[in-house]
Amino acid sequence: MNELALAVPYLGKRHPAAARWVVIAIAIGAPLIAVLFGKTWVRILDFAMLYVMLAIGLNLVVGFAGLLDLGYIAFYAVGAYTFAFLASPHFDIHLPFWLVLPAGAACAAVAGIILGLPTLRLRGDYLAIVTLGFGEIVRIFLNNLNHPVNITNGPQGINMIDPLVLFGWDISRPLKIGDEITVNSLFLYYYVFLAFVVLSIILVQRLQVSRVGRAWAAIRDDELAAKAIGINTRNMKLLAFSLGATFGGVSGGLFAAFQGFVSPESFSLMESIAVLTMIVFGGMGNLAGVIIGALALTALPEVLRYVAVPVQQAVFDRVILDPEVLRMLLLSLAMIFMMLLRPAGLIPAYSRYSRPELVVGKAASGEAGK
Amino acid sequence: MITLLEAKNITKRFGGLTALSDVSLTIRKGEVYGLIGPNGAGKTTFFNVLTGAYTAEEGEIVFGGTELPAGKPHLVVAAGIARTFQNIRLFREMTALENVMAGHHIRSRANPFSILLQTRQAKEEERLITERAFELLKYVGIERFADTVSKNLSYGDQRRLEIARALATEPQLLALDEPAAGMNATETAKLRELVQTIRHDGVTVLLIEHDVKLVMGLCDRLAVLDFGRKIAEDVPAEVQRNDAVIAAYLGGHAKPKKGAPA
Amino acid sequence: METLLQQTVNGLVVGSVYALIALGYTMVYGILGLINFAHGDVLMVGALVALEAIRLLQIYAPELGLVPTLLAGLAISVVVCMILGYTIERTAYRRLRNAPRLAPLITAIGVSFLLQTLAMIIWGRNYHTFPQLVSTVPLEPIAGVFITPVQIAILVVSATLMVGLVVLVNKTRLGRAMRATAENHKVASLMGVDTNKIIAATFIIGSGLAAVAGVMYSSNYGIAHYAMGFMPGLKAFTAAVLGGIGNLAGAMLGGIVLGLVESIGAGYIEDLSFGFLNSSYQDIFAFLILGIVLIFRPTGLLGERVADRA
Repeated sequence: MNELALAVPYLGKRHPAAARWVVIAIAIGAPLIAVLFGKTWVRILDFAMLYVMLAIGLNLVVGFAGLLDLGYIAFYAVGAYTFAFLASPHFDIHLPFWLVLPAGAACAAVAGIILGLPTLRLRGDYLAIVTLGFGEIVRIFLNNLNHPVNITNGPQGINMIDPLVLFGWDISRPLKIGDEITVNSLFLYYYVFLAFVVLSIILVQRLQVSRVGRAWAAIRDDELAAKAIGINTRNMKLLAFSLGATFGGVSGGLFAAFQGFVSPESFSLMESIAVLTMIVFGGMGNLAGVIIGALALTALPEVLRYVAVPVQQAVFDRVILDPEVLRMLLLSLAMIFMMLLRPAGLIPAYSRYSRPELVVGKAASGEAGK
Repeated sequence: MITLLEAKNITKRFGGLTALSDVSLTIRKGEVYGLIGPNGAGKTTFFNVLTGAYTAEEGEIVFGGTELPAGKPHLVVAAGIARTFQNIRLFREMTALENVMAGHHIRSRANPFSILLQTRQAKEEERLITERAFELLKYVGIERFADTVSKNLSYGDQRRLEIARALATEPQLLALDEPAAGMNATETAKLRELVQTIRHDGVTVLLIEHDVKLVMGLCDRLAVLDFGRKIAEDVPAEVQRNDAVIAAYLGGHAKPKKGAPA
Repeated sequence: METLLQQTVNGLVVGSVYALIALGYTMVYGILGLINFAHGDVLMVGALVALEAIRLLQIYAPELGLVPTLLAGLAISVVVCMILGYTIERTAYRRLRNAPRLAPLITAIGVSFLLQTLAMIIWGRNYHTFPQLVSTVPLEPIAGVFITPVQIAILVVSATLMVGLVVLVNKTRLGRAMRATAENHKVASLMGVDTNKIIAATFIIGSGLAAVAGVMYSSNYGIAHYAMGFMPGLKAFTAAVLGGIGNLAGAMLGGIVLGLVESIGAGYIEDLSFGFLNSSYQDIFAFLILGIVLIFRPTGLLGERVADRA
């Protein structure tokens, strides 16, 4: 929160309190503004929130612990398919979301440990390739496990997944307030996702400023030295992997419920790379950067979709670069140019792993308790 | 005199090369113990065996009455041995304070759950760690750089920070690997003071050094390695008189030895 | 038994293509310590450029025979890929030589996706039929084993190129400079080696080999596609690791072994898994081998380097 407030241009450094309110206002008001441009934009915001969660989770692994994971989307897939298995007509199981979502998170965490156990001794670049392979293996299985026993329903995926029902309230139906106002479910999903994002931010910040966060940063900066001060690097890396995976699993579950169907197509390598680009673009290890990176790189391709396509129609009479191509182009260029020109990301900032104000200014301790 | 650490018949080979051959030595509680020898004598190898980075083929190390686990650096730290590196290895992206706080890792308890829930104990422990880290920075004299990212510190301050980080693990034995390397005379003098303070405060110090003058002035006892063998172990004055040592050192250095019998 | 023999032949053919690609990975890794993620996509560019060149040649120079057309297309694609390889090294990697470990790797991933996207823009998303200028009709079976002329050509060309590369690295000035640079950049440059040039040369050679591999790959399967580089690239990397990354002979051996395991494995996977898995899981072999090698023998079959430089 503080990091996000600091990232607000101009206000951030001068009036952090005001900046904080700006951030809150934007977060709450965003869909109301978006809807002025059409309902699709609210939908895009919903997806943006899912990507923010993914980016926060991947950042835990890559940005904090320095483990380059190129198969992260596999955990998203595990979360999504777990949801689909346990809350859809596919197996005719319909468990409530407060059981299914944790189940997805747990499965993802276990998958994280399964991936982590054998690979954590590997150096950074080898780890990257092995995790990439893991992501592909998961996708290959999702694609082919429809025979001899139909588990995943193959490339068609699973349909008619139950929506989120919060305490008997189905948020996939428009909410009627009185007779006049109906609130579209896209808004409801936005605020539910926003709540998850806020919770994620709080949890990750707590981890960051703790002995766990410092141990991760230590391993990232110098693994040998980390061992030399008594950090059990293997356990700490496993923890990073499984916690990061948990975030992926939760957002996967939310994705399944929101979208209503899942198929292997949504979990391609390109998606892993997209999430990685988001954190590289915003600033690895820096929570504000990661969030802004995720928002920017979800929104920009969509803006291009609605701007570049009509422009091309008008100028060339046909669409030369379709939106998907534009998105890939944008992501790959973002990745290359950020690394070459601004490796610390859009919002370069030192991440804090301590709160010295806990001790120094006793007066400031009330503020720090927030 | 209580024995703190006893290395028994340590032999370490790399392929056909025997880097340490049957080395035994004893470090007593509360002393500054030096380990010297010409280049390639096996000092750093011994250091790495001691701190669990290498596993020795033969021999064992008994520390405070129990055998040290081999090849498990983090358990060695837990047992009470902390080390610094010849070429300083700090956590570059973290501030000085955070480096020291990271050093408290094994002496703190908070687990992911208590951290995520921010239990009272977790919060209190975090405050305590911060406080102790500040104290340690003060102890080594760099508290004014608490908020500086460690890669931006001067060389001498980085050395001090590394020592503070090692002390944060609350060791009984602090092992310093050539701490004076690359330091000028003033910095070396300050380092000497710091080591004496540390010893005075009850931490036993193992010093691996090239700088013979520093070792002679600072150590209570020292061992000399040459070609992987221990050729002497005694108080500095005796070591200086030892023929084998003179041969080993003067073989390389042409400098006449101070205080040699006329 | 005949299946086994047949799969062995197929494995050898695929394996020698992997080996050629693996050489590019291993040379760059040996010198820069970088996994050149974009290498597989250079192969893709090679195949598609050759396809385009052959298409144009067939329109504008139809009197050229089949084999000369193929050779001309191949030559053009090799030149294009060499230029591409040099450009990638020059613009994307050179500036990051002293950057933190993850930076060049992330850039390489970016370059890989950029190449794919550009190829998608130029050649579209569809699969293109690769002109089969060398026959893919099997010859008379020998001992019940079918082999096609294109497969024979692949075996001969890759064997020749591998021998050529070994001679280049071991017997020429350039090769000596390459080995010196791989050993130690600083020392090599102190001894008067222009390491920048040597690194560029490594990329150029590797990319040329990738172009050849791309043309062979497409000739064998009869298709070319903007994303075709990913799998062979990844498998070739596996081959390089399997053989011992940084080691030329290792890359060749690794390629062949991987080709054999994959092709024989695919033939038997159904029996081995009691009908649960089928040959659509073929691609998993490479990943499994990669994982197993990295975990149990990170130095690979022939590697002597200490893998852990963390």
